[in-house]
Amino acid sequence: MTIEHIKIPLLLNQLEESITQAMEQRQVIDPIVIGIHTGGVWIAEKIHKWLKVKEPLGLLDISFYRDDFSQIGVHPKVKQSKLPLTVEGRDIILIDDVFYTGRTIRAALNEIFDYGRPRQVILGVLIERDGRQVPIRPDCIGAKMNLAAGQRVKLTGPEPLDIDFQSVA
Amino acid sequence: MLANKNLQLNSLGKLQHFLSIEGLQKSLLTEILDTAESFADMSEQQVKKFPLLRGKTIVNLFFENSTRTRATFELAATRLSADILSMNIATSATSKGESLLDTIRNLEAMQVDMFVVRHSLSGAAHFIAENAAPRISVINAGDGQHEHPTQAMLDMFTIRRVKQSFSGLRIAIVGDILHSRVARSQIHALNILGAEEVRVIAPKTLLPAQVESLGVSVYHDLTVGLKNVDVIIMLRLQKERMNSALLPSESEYFKCFGLSDDKLKIANKDAMVMHPGPINRGVEISSSVADGPQSVILQQVTNGIAVRMAVMSMAMQCNMRTE
Repeated sequence: MTIEHIKIPLLLNQLEESITQAMEQRQVIDPIVIGIHTGGVWIAEKIHKWLKVKEPLGLLDISFYRDDFSQIGVHPKVKQSKLPLTVEGRDIILIDDVFYTGRTIRAALNEIFDYGRPRQVILGVLIERDGRQVPIRPDCIGAKMNLAAGQRVKLTGPEPLDIDFQSVA
Repeated sequence: MLANKNLQLNSLGKLQHFLSIEGLQKSLLTEILDTAESFADMSEQQVKKFPLLRGKTIVNLFFENSTRTRATFELAATRLSADILSMNIATSATSKGESLLDTIRNLEAMQVDMFVVRHSLSGAAHFIAENAAPRISVINAGDGQHEHPTQAMLDMFTIRRVKQSFSGLRIAIVGDILHSRVARSQIHALNILGAEEVRVIAPKTLLPAQVESLGVSVYHDLTVGLKNVDVIIMLRLQKERMNSALLPSESEYFKCFGLSDDKLKIANKDAMVMHPGPINRGVEISSSVADGPQSVILQQVTNGIAVRMAVMSMAMQCNMRTE
């Protein structure tokens, strides 16, 4: 997909379709939806509504689980994670906006597993870009793209949701 | 004279050691408060432990007893996933004649990463920070009559949580200012953070000479000093530090400087009451005030963990980056 073709509703439709297939294949029962702060929560809110999940949306801020603490330190404004009462034995649909290196998802999984052992986790992201650094990848995506060196993609929102491309010198 | 204040900061101006409030910038104190806010929120979660300092070893070096401070430092380190070693100095090598420096060298050889130091001598934490290996951070958990910076920061954190801002606040610090390292740190912190007025209220015998030079208004009458005050910080009478009779009697002290319900009414209606603990009921404060609706004494204890987590993680991160 090229940058010109990026349209949020289209990506959301693709992601929902992909999640439907994954849920069927993996026989997901009564899932919990969890979004990763900040952009992941915006997308997860839509997925949560679309799936008509009764349990409140789970919120995850992985700042205290990051592996680059020694480089960037503690961000002074970390948001509170709010997970459902129990994740033990549950099916989880974990949502983020952009999948890049995979380190955010590693941190998110570590945090979730601190709360209990889910039966399975399905990872859905709006955009999967190139640059994976650890053996983790999404199960469901809205779109996949390769970016030029130094290019960054970021979801802006919450209303309206949009995609912002930046070049980092 | 104490060591160079800039010893606390690395070349990037980040906190490497936390030894004193004096000489720090408002932005750094605010960063500590903001970081502590995140940790305070986390303590309301089901899982209160995070892997930030996993693999790091923190040594509690308490040359003076302090159950509460030591416990909150231990809990803070544990919640950050660090390993913590609490040294009982009374039965350790220093009591057998080993010098402080030799004790430090031996602990360094055990590859520890941080010292939390409580000592009866002013400047002890500075001394250790100056002489310890550069990879080790030092946190002052109270040195003599000098400073107790983490206690002051948890007090600032408690005030900010209740009052939202320091601007326009009138704060009274009441009691044994002379022997209180906490009061000294509080005065510096309140002035740096922009409080409207800091008052000290005490008998002349419990005030240091030229206390006005710290940037405070001085009162010797509690009923006058409490007027229009938003925050009242009561201090413990440090009888163990008094080497002469500075007071007629405890009952006389309570009559003149103790905070009772009647005295509390002199302050602003929504004034908050604080005390760094341990409290002497009926000496500095009545039970009805200490346990009353305006008291935040137990909130101070809770907040101590978040503030110490913030300071430890900031200082440790600084050292990791410069490794």
